[in-house]
Amino acid sequence: MSFFGQLAQQTINGLALGSIYALIALGYTMVYGIVKLINFAHGDILMIGAFVGYFVLMSMGMSWYALLIAFAVSMVVCAIMGIVIERFAYRPLRDAPRINALITAIAVSLILENGARVIPFMGPNPREYPVLKNATFSLGSIEISNIQIIVIVVSVALMIVLNYIVNSTKIGKAMRAVSFDMKASALMGINVNFVISFTFALGSVLAASAGILFSSAYPQVEPYMGIMPGLKAFIAAVFGGIGSIPGAMFGGVILGIAETLTKGFISSQLSDAVVFGILIIVLSVKPTGLMGKNVREKV
Amino acid sequence: MEAVLDADNISIVFGGLRAVSDFNFSIREGELVGLIGPNGAGKTTVFNMLSGVYSPTSGEINFMGRDGRETRLNGLAPYQITKLGIARTFQNIRLYKQLSVLDNVRIAHHQNVKYNSLDAILRTKRFYTEETKIEAEARELLAIFGIDDKRAELASNLPYGQQRKLEIVRALATNPSLLLLDEPAAGMNPQETNALMDLIAFIRKKFNLTILLIEHDMSLVMGICERIVVLDYGKIISEGVPDVVRKDPLVIKAYLGQEAIESA
Amino acid sequence: MTTKLRNFIILAGLSVIALVAVSLLIYVGVIDEYTAQILTLAGVNVIVALSLNLITGFTGQLALGHAGFMAIGAYAAAICVMHFHLPLFASLILGAFVTAIFGFFIGFPTLKLSGDYLAIVTLGFGEIIRVIMVNLKDLTGGAAGLKGIPSFTKDLTLQPTLSFTWVIAAMILVIVVMHNLLHSSVGRAIISIREDEIAANSMGINVFYYKMLSFTLSAFIAGLGGGLYATFFGYLNPTMFNFLKSCDFVIIVVLGGMGSITGTVISGFVLTYLQEFLRIMQDYRLVIYPFILLLIMLFRPQGLMGSHEFRLTSVFGPRAKRTAGGKEGV
Repeated sequence: MSFFGQLAQQTINGLALGSIYALIALGYTMVYGIVKLINFAHGDILMIGAFVGYFVLMSMGMSWYALLIAFAVSMVVCAIMGIVIERFAYRPLRDAPRINALITAIAVSLILENGARVIPFMGPNPREYPVLKNATFSLGSIEISNIQIIVIVVSVALMIVLNYIVNSTKIGKAMRAVSFDMKASALMGINVNFVISFTFALGSVLAASAGILFSSAYPQVEPYMGIMPGLKAFIAAVFGGIGSIPGAMFGGVILGIAETLTKGFISSQLSDAVVFGILIIVLSVKPTGLMGKNVREKV
Repeated sequence: MEAVLDADNISIVFGGLRAVSDFNFSIREGELVGLIGPNGAGKTTVFNMLSGVYSPTSGEINFMGRDGRETRLNGLAPYQITKLGIARTFQNIRLYKQLSVLDNVRIAHHQNVKYNSLDAILRTKRFYTEETKIEAEARELLAIFGIDDKRAELASNLPYGQQRKLEIVRALATNPSLLLLDEPAAGMNPQETNALMDLIAFIRKKFNLTILLIEHDMSLVMGICERIVVLDYGKIISEGVPDVVRKDPLVIKAYLGQEAIESA
Repeated sequence: MTTKLRNFIILAGLSVIALVAVSLLIYVGVIDEYTAQILTLAGVNVIVALSLNLITGFTGQLALGHAGFMAIGAYAAAICVMHFHLPLFASLILGAFVTAIFGFFIGFPTLKLSGDYLAIVTLGFGEIIRVIMVNLKDLTGGAAGLKGIPSFTKDLTLQPTLSFTWVIAAMILVIVVMHNLLHSSVGRAIISIREDEIAANSMGINVFYYKMLSFTLSAFIAGLGGGLYATFFGYLNPTMFNFLKSCDFVIIVVLGGMGSITGTVISGFVLTYLQEFLRIMQDYRLVIYPFILLLIMLFRPQGLMGSHEFRLTSVFGPRAKRTAGGKEGV
């Protein structure tokens, strides 16, 4: 394949991977924007979502209809998990020092990962994920698979819905208000606790669908599968500017493309190091990210 | 006498809002000046610019230290400005709440400590003599403000008025020549306030200080300040000796509203 | 002056007596080899946990990649001994220095920002280090690991005793250095950053400098712990130093109390022993530990000791003043 052919091919692959990162990054960025917490457990919600999808697909057999049910069930389960985690682990620490909340988030993450390892019907061993029959379409020298198309279409659709919710609904307005100033929003009669629960639910719904998409593209599930995509999506959120929704989308796509290009042209083992290098560079040059705002502490 | 601090046309913009605009101000050695104005006038923002917490968007700040050298403060970090000899207190008390009163003061001595990490690790003679000296100095300052007997308490356990005093002690411990006090009497009753104002006059003499003091209650500063600057909506609206400022219609309007003048 | 001297004699005396006595007990076989190994491993864990406590408990910056620092120290020391045939002592120190250099370059771009970024960067770094270790096959042996790292002595009967003596002596040294540094003006500057960064800055403390100092020293100590670990175990492979290992140290520090040296020592020994004890329920431990962590954060965030220290000297005489920067030291 020619250099440019391969470049285009890897860019397509990166676009698919990047849209999954973008979905995850949105959860990080929304939660961070509102409660200023890096929700380390977010990647593990993705894992739970993938597992729920796995069980639905295994019991119903693979079909378009089953896939739809899998998405729906997994979104509901993850939304509930997100709400429960926030309510019982994070809310009691909302006014505690930041470091305590971060350690709690780590603890929740470990409980989910290792919990999945010891639960008999999940277990530590990777399992093959049920996927649609593979079909590839050729556009000249570039190939695109049906799964990649599904990944991109579903991601874009979800992001459009999210954009609508955040920008054009009452709850979206409340979310923006709370992220701007929590105390003032409470005084204006906004139910802050509800808004925060809703944000966690929304982030978890996106993570759930990202989980199914990720497992379809790299067809397996296992308890630690959420760690690396979670970490990279967080880097994407920082790259785009943490707290910024368009930033997370953009950052996710850029990061996905950077990763597949590294894999295609340099070395597959170094791709993690490259992504990590991007984080270091962003933090040194423009720590607020591409679209982030400069926030200063009131003195 | 020469100006110790000179702020030349400084302004700061927060996302389109001009919080302070064209602030021109200078203070001479040994002066005690009050910076007053209604809530939200930009007084604390001025302090934040003078102490390096914020950097002004435009304009220039110059400071002359005890050694007579003049330094441009724009862009310097707070710790560098403190090193030059400007110390401050915070309106919304920022003590190290979980540390003892004595430690709060000893931390402020840090920049004048003359031993290094190695002295500390090896516990050299220099370490012990310096530590003894720091503790003696810290306790002397605490005694001036009558809180030496509380030195082993956690700062958060002090009553409110004493926390404000501890803020001043902590600022003094950095060995400043210019002291910026942000509403030192906030939350105190009139007797406490008067006692504090006497104390401020006392330390000014004892440590040969220049003091800039923020208050939003005008009557408090009238007694001790030699000169008063009034800020409203980020601009200086009046400046001069207390008696002149008190009668300035612009000041009355800023504090009491337009109707007060019309009905008077 | 007299209390200073008295305290010094009590503490130094007790440390030496304890070290020599326990070493002798191991030598004559009263303490069996298995227990000796657990105690030695606990010593290594305490060293690395103390280094984490320095940056997280005392400076207030959460770091999540200390297993990565430990790995660098371990591999660097092992490579110095095996490839360059340097003496053991020099290799341990060199390993620690190499780790400190890594710490410096990671800290530089991240410590200027809020603490959250340090957490995620150190986490990512810990993972990357493992990937690099796997890929540098010539030096590290890749995924198969490094075998046959020379121990503290070639004499097999002396090995358990000498491992214990070396590791615990190093642990005592680390405790003394950290205690003396933290109970000084430097330590007070570091602690003030944890308490209120803006106030610290306004009190003349160069916040970035002291964060860097603390983080680099923390990396140095973790690297030293790693080197001791390599020598004690005799075998290294990259998966030993995964994220879960880093979390073990976070748990030790949080349980003992962030900002308490004695708390870390106590919880380090207790948890290491418990770990061996719970070996039968290996995977469940991985759920129980984070659950304990969660409960501590919710109900006793200050841990066992809070930021207080257990003072041996106070057992022998009038109680010492309890201040964060008390000058009554070792």
